[in-house]
Amino acid sequence: MALYKVKVFSRFERFWHWTQALLIFTLLFSGMGIHGFYQVLSFEKLVWLHVAAALSLITLWIFAIFWHLTTGNWRHYLPTTQGMGQVVRYYAYGIFKGEEHPYRKRFWHKHNPLQALAYLGLKLGLFPVLWITGLLYLSYGLWSQGPVTASTLQWVAVIHTFFAFLMAAFVIIHVYLITTGHGFLQHLMPMITGYDEVELTDAERAYLEEDEPGRIIE
Amino acid sequence: MRETRILRALRKPAWLCVALWLAGGAGQALAEAAPAGSMASVEGAAPGRIELGIKEYEITAKKRPVDKSVTKLGEKPEDTSTTDHAELEELQGPFHSGPEVTKACLKCHNKAGKQFIRNKHWTWSWHNPKTGQVLGKRYLVNNFCTNAAGNEGMCGQCHAGFGLTDSRTYDFHNQENIDCLVCHESTGTYYKLPPTRGNKACAIMFEGKPPIDFTKVAQSVTLPGRNNCGACHFFGGGGDNVKHGDLSSALFKPTRDIDVHMGEDGENFSCIICHVGDGHQWAGSRYAPTVKDTTRVKPGMPRQTATCESCHGLQPHPFTLMGVKLNDHTDRVACPTCHVPAFARGGVATKIFWDWRTAGRLKDGKGFQEEGYIQGNGEPRHTYKSIKGSFKYGENVIPEYRWFNGVERWITVQDKFDPTKPVEINHLEGGPDDPDSRIYPFKRMVTWQPYDKGNNTLVYMHLWGDDEDAFWGNFNFARAIRHGMEDFGLPYSGEYGFVKTYSYWPIVHMVAPKEKALACQECHAREGRLKNLSGFYMPGRDRNVWLDRLGILIVLATLAGVLIHGLLRIVLAGGRKA
Repeated sequence: MALYKVKVFSRFERFWHWTQALLIFTLLFSGMGIHGFYQVLSFEKLVWLHVAAALSLITLWIFAIFWHLTTGNWRHYLPTTQGMGQVVRYYAYGIFKGEEHPYRKRFWHKHNPLQALAYLGLKLGLFPVLWITGLLYLSYGLWSQGPVTASTLQWVAVIHTFFAFLMAAFVIIHVYLITTGHGFLQHLMPMITGYDEVELTDAERAYLEEDEPGRIIE
Repeated sequence: MRETRILRALRKPAWLCVALWLAGGAGQALAEAAPAGSMASVEGAAPGRIELGIKEYEITAKKRPVDKSVTKLGEKPEDTSTTDHAELEELQGPFHSGPEVTKACLKCHNKAGKQFIRNKHWTWSWHNPKTGQVLGKRYLVNNFCTNAAGNEGMCGQCHAGFGLTDSRTYDFHNQENIDCLVCHESTGTYYKLPPTRGNKACAIMFEGKPPIDFTKVAQSVTLPGRNNCGACHFFGGGGDNVKHGDLSSALFKPTRDIDVHMGEDGENFSCIICHVGDGHQWAGSRYAPTVKDTTRVKPGMPRQTATCESCHGLQPHPFTLMGVKLNDHTDRVACPTCHVPAFARGGVATKIFWDWRTAGRLKDGKGFQEEGYIQGNGEPRHTYKSIKGSFKYGENVIPEYRWFNGVERWITVQDKFDPTKPVEINHLEGGPDDPDSRIYPFKRMVTWQPYDKGNNTLVYMHLWGDDEDAFWGNFNFARAIRHGMEDFGLPYSGEYGFVKTYSYWPIVHMVAPKEKALACQECHAREGRLKNLSGFYMPGRDRNVWLDRLGILIVLATLAGVLIHGLLRIVLAGGRKA
């Protein structure tokens, strides 16, 4: 086992990440305006932005789901308790003592256990709820005429808004956490260049050198 | 002589009281009646030019502005008829009266009479099958001049027949009394006067009118233009735009800015393009409006409905991101709600407040009137009249919005009510959970009017007549009400008071060009136009306060958490380096 600089974020993954980031910021911004927190743009423009961003994000997600399933990248998000205690202890205590992060990225486990769990929650909890309530909100005209009437929209709105607040909280934590460890740039650059330091087994190194030259630098 | 002097002396303090009351207490009532910002406010007691007589209908009795409006889609007005009536032998006359002309019309159009005597413009009566109520001018009390019943000698001026002086005895089967000309003549020189002369105080209505050339008028007949319908409908309630708010003389020759359909620089539609019909029955009703027209339209499909949807369909907006969202609104929001941003546009004001309590003040023993409001087109409007009381006007008025399913319940002269609360003369049914309802714009008329204090009912007033009871001339409520009720055998306690009433007038005309339709935030805002409608959730307007507090708390706590975490890292790492 040794550290190598390996391309861990493929071009699609980086595109997905940054487009998603842009769209989420757009959605948070326009959503707050629609909710009435400020009046900078007209309601019409805000709704246009929100719907356009939401539909784009959903399209992107359809591709991302396909990508996760076909490339096997879903495995990065499998939850595990192994090493979880150390990571929690690090963020709660060790980090203040200047300790090194206890987790070493591996080729098929590029996220630490806490990170993987957080992303899993995001992908299986937060996002779907926002999607479903958002689509219900958008398609209100199709279902509001039956037995489910106008007052139901309130609950759709309440759930959608609550999870939007959670989304904002996630963004804050996410941005903060990349300032930890070896610093902001160290975390940021891999998502731009695609390369990060990863522990490889001999077999993995041999495989990459043989079959995917260019993915491994040194 | 002495008696008159005493009466005058008695009147003076009373007059002062009224003036003081108007300046003080009434100010509150007036302010309440007028939503801020949308109404020009004029006190009823403002001093102005004093003159006598009724002259509200002057324009209809002079030469009306004749429009060459489109009466059939896609055709020039002059091309629509297969007959030039001027060349017909039967119409060479000479004619000397309306009924003579009607006789000539019915000779060829031998089914028209039978058709028309079933029409509301003739019967003044309509049975609403949904509520079981019998409505119509023959019976109802409104909150303008209150009742046509018993005052036909004046109000019959707008009956589409000749000589309606008393609806109890009028022959509603005599086809020769149908007035064909008022709807079909196209010279603009035909006019109608009240069927009887009334009190001499109203004599001005009959003075200085040019004689009608009946032969010329008869030869001019064609499909009705805006000036035909408008001669009555633009002057409902006692003058130009008094009643409806969205129907005024500004529509005789409007620009498309005032009405996108009727604008002469636009589609130049006549009324009958939308109010379509066959056999002298046509679409459109104030008593039972079609609020939700869900009939699917196929291209070229003939419809007999005066709805927006009958031409524009249910998905009128383009297939774009916003267009789809707007189409999504059509199930809950009526078209005019967004497309008639304000009514009484184009320079002609509408009455929004009427106070009968001040009626009957006299100067030198005579009724008088004051002009205290100058409307957009520069013409003065009366703010006080002894025969009617004091008024307030509005222009470019923002409508009232209500859930409405097309069912109106009227307070008729027989219905009892609670006089301690404002009485809704036509109560609108509907609500957010009723799938047949849509949000609809209305003009709300606010009036203080006489009622029977003992029986808690509205009253008929005997306003018009050359006798000692007619209010217009004698200015005595007690006698006018007793006479009005007795005429129809209605119970009257003998004691009258004044009650605050509301009436609602659907706003559908004066459709603005699409670029002037309401922007979303006119309603989707905390303090938007729909702030008073409850029972449903609307984005931008509604929110759950506790959810917002919880959400903001979560975000702030997260922010505080990472800040403290970061600060600790800096402090502790810094200490370690030292």
